[in-house]
Amino acid sequence: MDKEQAVQSLTDVMAKFTAYIGKRLPTDIKGKLAELQAAETNSLAKEVYASMSSNQEAADRLDRPSCQDTGVIQYFISAGAKFPLLGELEDILREATLEATRKGPLRHNAVETFDEKNTGTNTGSRVPWLDWEIIPDSDSAIIDVYMAGGGCTLPGSAKVLMPGQGYEGVTEFVFDVITSRGVNACPPLLVGVGVSTSVETAARLSKRAILRPIDSKHPNANAAKMEELLEEGLNEIGIGPQGLSGKASVMGVNIESSARHPSTIGVAVSTGCWAHRRGKIRINADLSYDVLSHEGVAL
Amino acid sequence: MKKILTTPIKDEDLESLNVGDVVYLTGRLVTCRDVAHRRLIELNRELPVNLEGGAIFHAGPIVRKKDDGQFEMVSIGPTTSMRMEKFEKQFIERTGVKLIVGKGGMGPETAEGCQTHKAVHAVFPGGCAVLAATQVEEIEGAEWQDLGMPETLWVNRVREFGPLIISIDTKGNNLFEQNKARFNAKKGPVIERINSQVKFIK
Ligand code: SF4
Repeated sequence: MDKEQAVQSLTDVMAKFTAYIGKRLPTDIKGKLAELQAAETNSLAKEVYASMSSNQEAADRLDRPSCQDTGVIQYFISAGAKFPLLGELEDILREATLEATRKGPLRHNAVETFDEKNTGTNTGSRVPWLDWEIIPDSDSAIIDVYMAGGGCTLPGSAKVLMPGQGYEGVTEFVFDVITSRGVNACPPLLVGVGVSTSVETAARLSKRAILRPIDSKHPNANAAKMEELLEEGLNEIGIGPQGLSGKASVMGVNIESSARHPSTIGVAVSTGCWAHRRGKIRINADLSYDVLSHEGVAL
Repeated sequence: MKKILTTPIKDEDLESLNVGDVVYLTGRLVTCRDVAHRRLIELNRELPVNLEGGAIFHAGPIVRKKDDGQFEMVSIGPTTSMRMEKFEKQFIERTGVKLIVGKGGMGPETAEGCQTHKAVHAVFPGGCAVLAATQVEEIEGAEWQDLGMPETLWVNRVREFGPLIISIDTKGNNLFEQNKARFNAKKGPVIERINSQVKFIK
């Protein structure tokens, strides 16, 4: 394959994958929703879970985006330093977004800031949004695609706490955000918490946290314990699907962290809605690919 | 048995409904959101659709124009109703609308409007846009198309559209306000318990 063909073939794969994730939920989310639905006892909540599953069934059958808000397209890239199309990836993902918008079809969700004009293509300045991480010795690339819907993006918040507020302050911050702003984000939510130095580092980590599989655990024992405590605690509030109350408030809580300045605790929360449309794909050096987030996918 | 409301909706159809009841709608459902509310209330423009006894949907759909010029509903889901709180009470008063469908709750002003003018607010499950689209039989009209696809007033003929969960009833009860109070009451003790276990800074 020459370079031009390689670019074309990867663009095609990424366009199809981007459109695909708007129609079918990842395996871990599907499993979690089924679990929550089976455990639910509140009659209104059961009604809502039933609507969700018939909606996903209809989206699959009719091959349509399962929610009308297909979001702003974001790609989180972990690229090997030796990945052959490293320099081309930015253009490839932009083209893939254009193509997915036509094919999906995806709703037009890119408004050029300050001009306040919808570009009508889902592309614009720095959109699709790209987040990069370089993996030193690798020659493959792992790409997470995320559809950032309006409702589920709105609760997002970040703050820098004083060390005296401690992890207790982190708990309070998470609870405040979810109880005051979570209801309109289409719960049950996947909650991502970033703990770091400053607002932007914490915010980026909180977003990475909701890209992690739902049942994964933070490698640090204290952090893993806090994930569990927050999940149990938020569920005890019983926000339920669509905020109508029910057994669960969240599908899970994932924490990502970094070392921090001793004088600050940066904390941020990102939320994913029940229709958490994300996908993970690994592109190998020969441009063959493996879809990691959705079982049994044919693109 | 499914409880089905049919447009035009009469006061008597709504009086026995309570928050938390589930109903379905058959008849006409018109999408109506931010700018349409603003045009009527702030700019005093007349709505191009008669909503007396009618139903509106806070929603911005994906609509496809077919080859024969007809519109087809691809995907239609509710948007956050609270954004219309500022206008809804007057909107109810001016239009005679009886059923407002959206996502999440609305505030005290809308609840007051619902009580005074015998109207209800109901929730359609968010994110279930394909399910909703399959309950639209036909798009009968499209007014104010200058507003673009999300804001156009799409006049839909729907059949057993729902589930619609009553969130504000004609007595002024407000399900989301009640829930909010309950969630907040539970919050304190839960936080306290967690915080006794996260004293990692020693
Ligand atoms: S919060 Fe999610 S499911 Fe709900 S309307 Fe927005 S994108 Fe769709």
